[in-house]
Amino acid sequence: MRLRHLFAVVMLSGIYSLLSAGIFVQLDAVDVAFTEAAVGAGITTILMLGTLALTTDTERPPVKRQWLPLVVVLATGAALIYGTLDLPLLGDPNAPANLHVAPRYIEQSGQEVGVPNIVTSVLASYRGYDTLGEVTVIFTAGIGVMVLLGGTRRRKRKKNRP
Amino acid sequence: MIEPGLYNYWIVVILMMAGFFIVMSHGNLVKKIVGLNIFQTSVFILYISFGKVSDATAPILDEAYTEYSNPLPHVLILTAIVVGVATSALGLALIVRIREAYGTVEEDEIIAQDPDS
Amino acid sequence: MRHHLVLRVVAKLLIPFILIFGLYVQFHGDYGPGGGFQAGVIFAAGFILYGLIFGLDKVQKVAPPAWIRVLVAAGVLLFAGVGVAGMLLGGNYLDYGVLRHDPVHGQHLGILLIEFGVGTTVAAVMITIFYNFAGRGREDR
Repeated sequence: MRLRHLFAVVMLSGIYSLLSAGIFVQLDAVDVAFTEAAVGAGITTILMLGTLALTTDTERPPVKRQWLPLVVVLATGAALIYGTLDLPLLGDPNAPANLHVAPRYIEQSGQEVGVPNIVTSVLASYRGYDTLGEVTVIFTAGIGVMVLLGGTRRRKRKKNRP
Repeated sequence: MIEPGLYNYWIVVILMMAGFFIVMSHGNLVKKIVGLNIFQTSVFILYISFGKVSDATAPILDEAYTEYSNPLPHVLILTAIVVGVATSALGLALIVRIREAYGTVEEDEIIAQDPDS
Repeated sequence: MRHHLVLRVVAKLLIPFILIFGLYVQFHGDYGPGGGFQAGVIFAAGFILYGLIFGLDKVQKVAPPAWIRVLVAAGVLLFAGVGVAGMLLGGNYLDYGVLRHDPVHGQHLGILLIEFGVGTTVAAVMITIFYNFAGRGREDR
């Protein structure tokens, strides 16, 4: 992460997204891996490159060495690692997260919804309200980008026309 | 590795701290967004790790399997990824506007140009 | 990039498959991995690839920005509309069981419709964001 050339940084972050998609497949989350591969490696990289084209693609070298962030990061990291010692082991079927509503979804969704992909049935049916919220967030983000980047273009065009 | 079951969480912590460090130490706004993305992905891996059940398969119903991983974290993260890209698009759009207004994307130069702050 | 022959030929070959794959992911999401979010992104990726290789003007001729803007809202409205339809038919908001006589069939129809709404919005938003970034870049030159 000491690279000054932002183009390389963006490309590396795209590769990182693709690798994390591989991790998700390993952890049985095929839907998530699919999304991460398409979104993280594809769209995000394109948007970052678009931003670089509009701004600069080199970073100014830092003036001073920064010890404070390093200390804060190491302290927080140590605290988090201490916290993980109490977590249930990976793949433990009796972990609290796997005992609450998940068994019901797995057992009942076949009869209640009739859709084999449980992720889809939870996403669209049991948690439809949440998904509506997510779609609204994306909608709002789209509007926000339009307002931020599209506004002046229209004004300029009107100026040119008459 | 003392406890192999916790290995995943340690990777999550390392990634999370890497993202955190980038966000704090770099003044370049584009790099800050990259750092936030790394931080975000580490949280995704954390959630998916919670849902993993050993010897289970992906949560798509089939006659051949009886053990499935927990589908609930997958749903949460699925939507979180798409919302994440929407928010980073918004952040990048803001960076473009900041660049147009100040002519730079370095944080300290922006602050230096602003007399009020 | 517009004059690069290899890129043009490969893109022309790939784009139909990307779009078909997007539709497959959209409507097969009930049975395999996939769904509205992924399909929307893949579908948008097809258009963005076309825009990158052949230029913004050509892709805006295929998908005019005004239409895309309408589609952004149409997806959310379809999602919310399915919820309201369920309510009008006597169920709760976003309860698809009442859309058909058989609750399981109703669920199926409801999921298909709202996934379509999700896909429309996601694809349209991604294309809009791309248009805005690319359009802004052209102005500076």
